[in-house]
Parts: sequence; C-alpha cells; structure tokens
Amino acid sequence: MSAPTTTAPPVASGPLSRAENPRIRSRWTPWVTSGKYVALFALVVFFLLPVYALVITALKDPSEVSVARMWQLPSSLSFDSFAAVWPKLQDGFVNSVLLAVPASVVSAALGAMNGFVLSKWRFPGADFVFPLILFGMFIPYQAVLIPMVQTMTNLGLRGGLDGLILVHIIYGLPITTLIFRSYFAGISDEIIEAAQVDGAGMLRTFFFVALPVAPPAFAVAMIWQFTSAWNDFLFGAVLTNRDFWPITIALNNIAGGQAVPFNEAMASALLACVPTVAVYVILGRFFMRGLMAGALKG
Amino acid sequence: MRRIRRWGPGLLLVTPSLLALAVFVYGFLGWNVRVSFTSWRGLTPTYDNVGFRNYRALADDERFNLDVKHVLVFTAVFVAGSLVLGFLMALLLERGVRGETVFRTIFLLPMAISFIATAIIWRWLLDNGGGEQTAGLNRLFADFGLGFLRSDWHKSDSTWAIAAIALPAGWALSGYIMALFLAGLRGVPDELREAARVDGANEPRVFWHVVRPMLLPVVMSAVVILAHISLKTFDLLYAIDGKNINIDVPALYMWFTTFDGGFYARGATIATLLLLGVALVIVPYIWYSVRSERRR
Repeated sequence: MSAPTTTAPPVASGPLSRAENPRIRSRWTPWVTSGKYVALFALVVFFLLPVYALVITALKDPSEVSVARMWQLPSSLSFDSFAAVWPKLQDGFVNSVLLAVPASVVSAALGAMNGFVLSKWRFPGADFVFPLILFGMFIPYQAVLIPMVQTMTNLGLRGGLDGLILVHIIYGLPITTLIFRSYFAGISDEIIEAAQVDGAGMLRTFFFVALPVAPPAFAVAMIWQFTSAWNDFLFGAVLTNRDFWPITIALNNIAGGQAVPFNEAMASALLACVPTVAVYVILGRFFMRGLMAGALKG
Repeated sequence: MRRIRRWGPGLLLVTPSLLALAVFVYGFLGWNVRVSFTSWRGLTPTYDNVGFRNYRALADDERFNLDVKHVLVFTAVFVAGSLVLGFLMALLLERGVRGETVFRTIFLLPMAISFIATAIIWRWLLDNGGGEQTAGLNRLFADFGLGFLRSDWHKSDSTWAIAAIALPAGWALSGYIMALFLAGLRGVPDELREAARVDGANEPRVFWHVVRPMLLPVVMSAVVILAHISLKTFDLLYAIDGKNINIDVPALYMWFTTFDGGFYARGATIATLLLLGVALVIVPYIWYSVRSERRR
C-alpha cells in the first residue's frame, strides 16, 4: 500500500544539479512559491466556506440568526440551537451508533477471513471469484432495492435495525475483502509456509500468524465501513420505520423542509457529522488508505 | 484428495460470504432485471412477462429523457471539474509545502460528511432568494461587490441547472481525486525526473515527458470513480431539492416512481438501465485492475 501520508522529501535537487541547472532556482522561484500559497489559500477558502457557515450559524443565538447576515460572526456564542434540535435527533443518533458499530465490526471480521483466504490460502477459481466480489462494491444500489425490500419483508427483517445491519454487513464485504486481501498480500509467503511446516492448519495460521499483524487493516476497514454505514441514507430509508430511523433520515426530516429555521438546520447537520469527522481527524491516515483501496489502488 | 484438504478449509471459510454476495448482489440484480420485464404495479408483486414494453415506454417517457440529459450534463461538469480541481490540488501539494498535512486534511474533510449533511449545508449556500432575503453565496457575492456573479443555481430554469450541483458534489469529492493524484505523482521515481533534468529538460518538460505518461492510469481511475459516482448520485440531489424537475435524474425517478408511485416494473427498468450504465465503466476497469495486478 502506498500510503501517501509520509511526508514528501523536500525538493532535494542537491548542490550539483542546482549549480548545473540554473532553471531550478531561477528568478521566478519566489513568484512561483508565493503563487502556490495564494492558490492553496484560495482553495482552503472554498473548502472551508461551507464549514464556516455551518459552524457560525449553529453557534449563533437564535435571535441573531438571519439569512441576510449569515456570513457575519456571532456577537456571542449560544448553544440554544443544539438544545433545540437534539431531542429530535437523539433517537436517530443512537440508532446509527447501534447500527454502524456492529456493521463495521462484523464486516471487517468477515473481510479479514476472505482477504486471508483469497491471498494466502487460495482455492482453485479464487482469481475468478475476486473480480465478481469487487463488482458488488460499485453497483448502483437502486438495482437491488426492489428485491431487497421484498426479501427483507418476507424474512420479517424490515422495520428494525437488524435487517439494516445485515444489509450493511453484506454490501460492505467487497471493500473489506479487498482491503484485507491487499494487506495480507504484503505478508511474505515464507511466514505462512513456515507456520504450515510447523503443523499449523488454516485456522491456526489465520489466528496466530495473519491476525496479529492485521490491526492496521482492521482500522482501515472499520473506519470505511463505519463511515459508509453512518452516512447511508438509501438503505435506511427503505428498511427502517420511524422508531429505527438512522441519523441521516432524521436529519433530512428535520433540516430538509423549507420552513425549518436556518440555525436549527445547521445545528443538526453539525451534530450528525460529529462522529465521522472525529474519526477522520483522529485517524486520518487510515481513512486515506481506505480511499485508495476504494479506487482499487492496493 | 490431499489437494482438497489443502484448499478445502479456505473455501469453507469464505463460503458464507460468497453465498451472501451471490444472493444479495447477483441474485438481486437478476431479480430486478426480471421485474423490469413484468407489469408489476402496486404493492402485490406480479410476475408476468411483457417483454421489452417497459423499456420502450421509457424511451418515449419525457421525464426519463430529460433525466438522461440531466445526468449527462451533471457527469460532464462534475467529472471535469473535480478532475481539474483534484489535479491542481495534488500539483500544489506534491513538492512538499509547509503545512501540507493541514491542507490535505482540509481538502479531504468533506469526504467524512454524509451527502445528506452536505446537501443541507449547500441548499442554503445555493439559495436564489432576491433582495433582502438573499442568502448563501449570492449574499457573499453581494457583500463583496460581486453582485454580477449572482446565480439561480439549481433553481434556474435550464437544462444546465443541474450543473450547479457539481459545486457541492465537487466540494465533497475532489479531495479524493487529489489523494489519488498525490499518490500517483509520488509514485514517479525521483531518479527518472533527475535524469531528465540532467539531460537539460526544464520543469514543464519533465512534467510532460516523464510524469504525465505515468499518470495516465491515475487519470483513468479518477474518471471511472467519478463517472460511476455521478451516475449513482441520489442522496445529494434528494436532500438539496429532490422534487425539482430541473435536477431530476434516473436514480431519483426510480425512487419516486417505485416507492411513492408503486410503479415497480418501471422502477426496476430504470434501475436496470442505471446498472448497465455503471457496468459499462466499471467492468472494464475491474478487468484492467485485476489483470495489471497479475502482471506484477
């Protein structure tokens, strides 16, 4: 895995080439450097503008909120908007925790087994099966929605969280399998063979050789799964009823209407983002690797 | 027999996952295609066979034709915009700038936010109210004396209205493209660039002749990822302004016609066409990725 997180080597052209090739340190260099920072700051403004509007509006005193002054800083901080929306959001928040945690743990555990088998304990046809698994990660979910709703209704799994968790686990399998397969492919075959020579069977090799080195892959797979389960809207919308709505649906219902106060819309959007953004900020390195895996870049 | 003992346990371990995927991916996709050949309408499933009637009906369906046009406009603007923006960001960060981690964290931050939350923020930014009630970006333009930039965004009455949605969509995803390009740029060995410099190539030429050819696979991945996301875009449009016909797309039409209207057969037909569109970009991509992995 090429994690592009390692800091880049500085522009080390070395004294020799710099002397020989004056273009590298031409008189334009300072201009290029400042132009670069100007461009970067313009981009930062673009990316943070929505975040700025979100945060300052959510923190304004409701009496101070007006669309005409939406870009102005609040004169004092107030948590009234959060207090107003939390009761409406609370159930959705709890449901999403109860949903995203098992969905990510189970999907990662199954992905670990699949990834191990597909890279280190291959069966005939493993190379044929793997692309078929991968395809499941890209399908438009609209194309499975009708059969899924029928099946879950027939199984009595529609309405509550169990069915939704099951669906998230299954549709998470392609990406978790891919993450673990790429990760285990990096372990040398000799270690696996050595374990076999010592008489270890598949399960022992998996549990005592592969799993102990796999925590980074678990972090990547679980973060990915947690984020997609937390942020999912479509499955939750067709599979759950009111009491079990995940946070995205609760959020859309609160903040989606035109009549809703601006500050309350922003406060609920902010609350709904807290877990995934916290995970991203704290464990960004693993998040990034998940993104690379999602693009099939092992 | 001994060989089965060798790989048998492995197959056994993955069997539950493979069965689940066989049913939930391939079984359901097939089932959905089957529904697209029925006249199922309403809550009771009907499994008759009407041939391609639903497909022919969609070809004449005004709303569907409009939706296809919209999704193509959206894909073109969104893919091109995110590609350029993502590449630019990667280029700016590539040679190591001070505070690179901070910049990268900011550019990727929207990836952690759900499309629903993104939509709720942006529906206020893309407000088209006038006069005192002007909000969002238009307000900001007015405050900075840039009132001529005012736009009706996705609420404008044109085929291009949906292009405005490329703004939130690009905001959400161009960081991802940056990450792909950054990994690609850093995968170019320094020795290669150095060799070209020693041969007297200036930086633009080093880029064009050494770096660019090695970036082609990254460009391909980025285009495929963006294009398939754009075909599937649903949550974002639904939560920004789902009932606005000017930003209607097949994914939304499928949703409304099936779950609000009860036209299951039509919904399944739209979903099948959506699947075909996605498969058209994704299948060659998977094939290529798996093949190039084997060559390694």
